[in-house]
Amino acid sequence: MRGYAGKFSEIDLSTGEIREIHLNEEVLKQYLGGRGLATKILWDSLGKKWETVNPLGPENILTVLAGPLTGYYPGGRMCISGKSPLTLGIVGSTVAGEHAIDMRCAGYDGLIVKGRAGKPVYLLVTDDGVEIKDASHVWGKDRIETYKILTKEGTAELEKRSPNSREWREPSILHIGPAGEKMSRVAAVQSKWAHGAGYGGYGAVMGSKNLKAILFKGMGPLPEVWDIERTKELIWQIAKINFSSDSMRRWGTGAAGYDVGARLSSEPVRNWQEEWHDEKSFGVDKFEERVWVKRYWGDFGCPTTCEKLAVVKAGPFKGAISDNPDYEIQAYGGTNLGIFTPEENVHICSVMEDLGFCGIQGGNVAGFAAELYQRGILTKDDLGFELSWGDAEAFTRLLRLIADRRGVGDILAEGTYRAALKLGKMKGLDLTKYAVVEKGMGIGAHGIRSKLDYVEAVSYPCSVQGGDHTSPAQRYIRKSDSELTAMLHDCGVYCWFNISEDAALELIWDFIQTVTGWPITADEWYNNMALRILAIQRAVLLLSGPDIIWKPITDDDIPARWYEPLPSGPYAGRAADKKELEEDRRKYFEAVGWNEEGIPKSSELKRLDLIDVDGKLRSFLNSR
Amino acid sequence: MRVPGAEYPHLCTQCHDYPCVAACPVDALSVDKDISAVIVNKEKCTSCKACILVCPGRIPFLHPGDNKATVCDLCSGDPQCAKVCTEGGWGVLRVVDRAKSHSYKLYARRPNDVTRNLVTIIFGERGKELI
Repeated sequence: MRGYAGKFSEIDLSTGEIREIHLNEEVLKQYLGGRGLATKILWDSLGKKWETVNPLGPENILTVLAGPLTGYYPGGRMCISGKSPLTLGIVGSTVAGEHAIDMRCAGYDGLIVKGRAGKPVYLLVTDDGVEIKDASHVWGKDRIETYKILTKEGTAELEKRSPNSREWREPSILHIGPAGEKMSRVAAVQSKWAHGAGYGGYGAVMGSKNLKAILFKGMGPLPEVWDIERTKELIWQIAKINFSSDSMRRWGTGAAGYDVGARLSSEPVRNWQEEWHDEKSFGVDKFEERVWVKRYWGDFGCPTTCEKLAVVKAGPFKGAISDNPDYEIQAYGGTNLGIFTPEENVHICSVMEDLGFCGIQGGNVAGFAAELYQRGILTKDDLGFELSWGDAEAFTRLLRLIADRRGVGDILAEGTYRAALKLGKMKGLDLTKYAVVEKGMGIGAHGIRSKLDYVEAVSYPCSVQGGDHTSPAQRYIRKSDSELTAMLHDCGVYCWFNISEDAALELIWDFIQTVTGWPITADEWYNNMALRILAIQRAVLLLSGPDIIWKPITDDDIPARWYEPLPSGPYAGRAADKKELEEDRRKYFEAVGWNEEGIPKSSELKRLDLIDVDGKLRSFLNSR
Repeated sequence: MRVPGAEYPHLCTQCHDYPCVAACPVDALSVDKDISAVIVNKEKCTSCKACILVCPGRIPFLHPGDNKATVCDLCSGDPQCAKVCTEGGWGVLRVVDRAKSHSYKLYARRPNDVTRNLVTIIFGERGKELI
């Protein structure tokens, strides 16, 4: 078997038992790794009782998986998964960094974490195996403190084990912040300072397991590949293609903060009440002038280096540190809160990262709260302060409230959708119409009303990952940015940005074959493998539970807000059309082998060799 | 990255006085006549780590595979790291003509020391708190 280290580590935090497991080659061949393999592992272990599994209970499983291409394809990532506390399904959430490569060099393709530790712990993954270590001293610490302490501790430990064999470089770290520790459903699994696996809310799952961090250091080589010479050639070709993607290298995704709002009219402004702005102060050149301190920041092996480093140099928010900020957080930590200056935007990002929020979910829930305040539903008495649009100080207080779960923050920490249900009940109003979410998860910062962005009306409702903008369903399922293509990147586990050029995408099948030796083709992927993973993900979404059960069709709809016409900008008046959505949705379900309600057909599940999924799904749907 | 965002390459700077070669007790290290890179004779190497400890930047390391000293051999005169850096458009690494430069030791420093300076330059006065 080529392209795989060959072993996985199963860690039961309740008992402290650690054992190595080996997966069957057939399983790996069908599911590759990352998101696909997580789906398989989770279905096999939890599928039978899925609807009763509490995502924040010890019975949930956290999978931390790499894929066969991680470390080879430029831009390695780690895929975090489990039963999501937000969508109650499976979300493959990826985060950049060296951790996945370090893990594979240490001889593991992934970690499967079960149970719940009695006290805060962290895991140390090295060539010697996996160890559980005490983390009481970092519990409650923010990202910079956590990173500092664990980096020092990890390096000291490595030096102690083999003194003088080299100048030790620090281990790679995955960690959670205070929000994750308090099991806030909007918490992310973080890496370095500004990277995060946000979608899915897996920070809360780590918190529920009392797992503060995972440290990785591998000294061995990456797993053997099928054809090393050809792999080297391909890596170089892909690197060259990415060297030429000028705009991504020069500006990162930060250019979109102005562009998507002003040109495409699809950027969230004041909790999606508008999607257009023409604030020149939010142009990327202003970011470069005022806050950037470093133009290129790439993680190991990345030819694109889209990340920039931003620091607020003066003023009331002096000292705030963040990345770009990248587009999603520019939008959700900026325009969505009515904030239009680089300094305030970097400050909000920095606060969210310190507290361990997912930038998208955190910004979504904060925007939702601010709209309730605007409409007089939440008052100064509820919050303890005034929360007007654009007031960065007030939003900072709100975010701290959510992270600490104090007062109304305790409700908001459950995520936008659950907060809307709970607050709605308390106030006797329907608040879900202000929640811009899909299957409980805040939607990425790309709207559909202007019809100019890459996402379509069906993108979010039909996606098996809820509001994930990096996995949007598309009517043409083989499109380069469709859910099935995105799934390939999440299964090989490498960065989507390094394959955004068509020339790179054409090489991917060759790349997979060269690394694994398996003749996987586009047809095989789109007709069988991807549909298999998609069907399981859809099935668990329909099973959902225990607190919410998604109803087919009713919950496969876009947020109510998007049926309201755009109020401003060159495309004012455009809105989503229900008829059109229904038609597109029907076509999409047809294309992926689901019936008109979006339930995978029995015949299709049999064809994909998922008879147990079919059995479970039918018995569940019949019992309701 | 000891401090995220403050990453820098940690490479052999080819000191003119070759402390690693001088420190080797078994003469396993030698200087190549043509390209003046340090060549390790793996058979003679006893893994005593003297070369690592004496290096001002602690660049050499014991290879995890064979546990022998590993020093930059300049890829037989055509350093690939400098090449890829130029082709990638960063231009951070470059090959310097030996005769024209005499400040090798300026760059041969321990990663911790370099990071400390670098974070102060990048992050300003907050830099000191970060490391």
